[in-house]
Amino acid sequence: MTANVAGPLREAARWKKAEFAFWLLPVAAYFVFPSDLALLSQIAITALFALSLDLILGYAGIVSLGHAAFFGTGAYAAGLLARAGYGDPLLGLAAAAGVAGALGFVTSLLVLRGADLTRLMVTLGVGLVLFEAANKLTAFTGGLDGLQGIEIKPLLGTFAFDMFGRTAYVYSVAVLFAVFWLARRIVHSPFGISLQGIRLNAARMPALGTPVNARLMAVYTLAAAIAGVAGGLLTQTTQFVSIDVLSFPRSAELLLILVLGGTGSLYGALIGAIVFMTAHHLLAGLNPQYWQFWLGLVLIFVVLFARDGLMGALRRLAARWASRFATRRRVA
Amino acid sequence: MLTVLFDGIAAGVLLFLISVGLSVTLGLMNFVNLAHGAFAMLGGYVCVGLLNRLGVPFLATLPIVMLVSAAVGVLLERTLYWRLYGATHLDQVLFSIGLVFVSISTAHFFFGAQQQPLQLPPMLSGQFHLPGGLDVGVYRLFLIVVGLGLAAALQWMVVGTKFGATLRAAVDNPRAARGLGLDVDRVFVATFALGSALAGLGGALGVEMLGLDPEFPVRYIVYFLIVVAVGGSGNIKGSLYASLILGICDVAGKYWLPQAGAFFIYGVMLATLVFRPQGLFGRVAAK
Amino acid sequence: MTSNKTRIATLALAAIFSSGAFAADPIKIGMVLPMSGPFAAYGKQIEHGVRLYLATKGDTFGGRKVELIIKDDSPGTAGDVSKRLAQELVVKDKVDILAGFGLTPSAFAVAPVATEAKKPMVVMNAATSAITTKSNYLVRASMTLPQNTAPIASWAAKNGIKNVFTLVADFGPGQDAEAQFKKTFTAAGGKIVGEVRVPVANPDYGPFLQKIKDTKPDAVFLFLPPGAGTIAFMKGYTERGLAASGIKLIATGDLPDEEIIDAIGDAALGLITSFHYSEAHKSPENAAYVAAYAKAYPKDRPNFMSVGGYDGMHLIAEVLNKTGGDASAEKFIEAAKGMKWISPRGPVSIDPATRDIVQTIYIRKVEKVGGKLQNVEFDQVPDFKDPGKE
Repeated sequence: MTANVAGPLREAARWKKAEFAFWLLPVAAYFVFPSDLALLSQIAITALFALSLDLILGYAGIVSLGHAAFFGTGAYAAGLLARAGYGDPLLGLAAAAGVAGALGFVTSLLVLRGADLTRLMVTLGVGLVLFEAANKLTAFTGGLDGLQGIEIKPLLGTFAFDMFGRTAYVYSVAVLFAVFWLARRIVHSPFGISLQGIRLNAARMPALGTPVNARLMAVYTLAAAIAGVAGGLLTQTTQFVSIDVLSFPRSAELLLILVLGGTGSLYGALIGAIVFMTAHHLLAGLNPQYWQFWLGLVLIFVVLFARDGLMGALRRLAARWASRFATRRRVA
Repeated sequence: MLTVLFDGIAAGVLLFLISVGLSVTLGLMNFVNLAHGAFAMLGGYVCVGLLNRLGVPFLATLPIVMLVSAAVGVLLERTLYWRLYGATHLDQVLFSIGLVFVSISTAHFFFGAQQQPLQLPPMLSGQFHLPGGLDVGVYRLFLIVVGLGLAAALQWMVVGTKFGATLRAAVDNPRAARGLGLDVDRVFVATFALGSALAGLGGALGVEMLGLDPEFPVRYIVYFLIVVAVGGSGNIKGSLYASLILGICDVAGKYWLPQAGAFFIYGVMLATLVFRPQGLFGRVAAK
Repeated sequence: MTSNKTRIATLALAAIFSSGAFAADPIKIGMVLPMSGPFAAYGKQIEHGVRLYLATKGDTFGGRKVELIIKDDSPGTAGDVSKRLAQELVVKDKVDILAGFGLTPSAFAVAPVATEAKKPMVVMNAATSAITTKSNYLVRASMTLPQNTAPIASWAAKNGIKNVFTLVADFGPGQDAEAQFKKTFTAAGGKIVGEVRVPVANPDYGPFLQKIKDTKPDAVFLFLPPGAGTIAFMKGYTERGLAASGIKLIATGDLPDEEIIDAIGDAALGLITSFHYSEAHKSPENAAYVAAYAKAYPKDRPNFMSVGGYDGMHLIAEVLNKTGGDASAEKFIEAAKGMKWISPRGPVSIDPATRDIVQTIYIRKVEKVGGKLQNVEFDQVPDFKDPGKE
């Protein structure tokens, strides 16, 4: 008798009630925080960026210290396209995804050689080289001053991007949801499950007939494309590209956000982005030095004692609550 | 032309001093310590503090710097680092990033955001001209002498002493070493202390050439990582050669092709990682 | 018994005061400054200047009390952060005026917000020429690179310097400085024998200094942002004997900025620069400013960035006094155009055509005055407009 393997997997792929509740939050936020939409758009964009990192880090197990390379590439692609006269937002996103994905594909060839540590250094190296390139090609990228004069045409021909950020917000959240839905389907597919297998034991996977390198390259390219889309969104919602989008601090900060939220669950990326950016917004105003200090301490604490991040904590809370509920029922 | 070579060697030697600790820690404990630059920064601030606030002569501050850096290294290792020895590289990266943030904000709090002034003693300043077109900077000469001297001392220690033998055994195969009854944990602590001491010394010696402000760890960690990547981790001679190559290439590149900027070093790093992941001089990992 | 006349008089007075009640609302100034990260020193100095003005000249202008809201756009070069903060200031905090801007990307990114929201924007530091062209509601109280560069180029040509090697940091202000220096110097008959653009975050100037030494120009023109690079360069300059071999060092005053000159130390002595502000400027206004600054911020020295904040605040104050508290963009800019005053740096005015600052640029030399390193002025170019716009 064959074990029902498909059952639990199909169960995991089904949308839970908590997920529906979660996706009502961005909708509610539109009405509850109408004057903070610029910040909320940034949160959505960062969440998308973190999502892309989760695919390679949380699911495939590739540690990247240079994921901003794809974010920045997408940002510049969308920006340069708009400057050349093609300011349609969706076209820009497509371009961003395409260029960043292509870069991801090429670098995946480098990243997959060598072990764990070498991989880390290569991702760092690629990020640095791109940053330097953008710095030098000032005629192209504006260098340290950034790329300006970007005019984004109204979305779908009607919704203009204004300073209140309404169009930007709805647009960002819509893109986030669409990509999330796609990512969710992927991680619950056989492809996605194989990625987790690769992360847990790459040596054994070929025995199951999994083409490990091909899978890793595919997910790395996909993650790069998604990061590019996030970068493109940033350009379109702010009409500006600063060289910061390629910087190492941006990659490091993203890693932090993902770990704080919890890797390997997709929602961890989203929650991490929300919590981190909200906290930064509220606390950085107090004293920037204190923010960095406490952030460092929190990170050390999380790594040592709460490694699975907020999602892990939530899961444990949910499990405890569920078991307590179950016990009560039994007694009754 | 010769001067460019000389300057490159000096830059390389400075890089070596700071990076060798990272190389050994990585090779020995397999620990990715991105906070290594923070120890160098600590050394810099201790030196500057003693020099400017207490009037201690520059050369006298150096041994104190090494002691303080070693002490802090041991303290952090015994309280925090040891918990992550078996952890994944990601965890170590995150932990060390957290430590970097804490160190930057602490430095900011106590010393402010500005550059720290450092006046070298007159005996170490100036330049003298040698026949053949070589301009020798006194401070750079001092750096080279100290650096190469320390490199030689380290190499002797690793090759000629019992501690060195224990260290090499622990790097090559910790499990077997433990099996032979060697106290690998004590080697870890001692090595970490030594690496931190050298980083601190490098930081103090580097204030003159690299400047000192709270952002130091983030600004320079890349260079240290490049040394480790190119030189191979756990390899002292490799670190020295890699540092020298990088120092000379960087200086020469800036002289002849200033437009190329930092591309050159990054390019070297990427090429090495792709074609020889164990570094130019490292041995293939026994893991 | 209240007569009709009294009643009418009372009503009239009430009407007058109620229209003034609008003016009694505080005026909110939203400042976008890098308060943390690599350019934290800029934000700090600009803030000091602004607060010093409010502390010494009062905080009510045109009948309205000033309220400052400061937002940290660290790292200062991320235009998207600056823009978002400006949007928040306008939409959420409902500020009347946008001010600050430590670096060029920040000013470039916020200009469209000022235009869209119809708010006046006062730039207190960012120095790229083109900034004032990005919005009609933008006025600058600080300086531009070309404005500070042209005078030293003219001075050099007039004082026996025939060939120059230029070394600048590779970003907006650096490129502006290089372009302007070349333009003015070659127009005056000089020759550029070498030029280098160094990366902004560059640890060691050794190779560049060696190149200069080997080229043997009469002088080196330098532009680096104030900070680690400047110190490293100056030290290398002395150490390698470039000074001793007769190669002069000329630059804009960013190099011997009061905030870092002490860190450079005696290696800075003899440096000749052109700039719009020196702590050692002899005038009653500056004496009062320096004294007040020393009292309020004893650990710091007043420099051009704090003066930028101080004068920016003065501009806002005087405009409000002139418009009776009306800070709407059109009226604000109208009132600001052509405004003249004596700043701690000297006489300044706002060019009605470009909305940029017109001021005296001084040629100074670094000397020790009373045991302290100071930029001592010995020549000047009065009423100098930004040549970058011509």
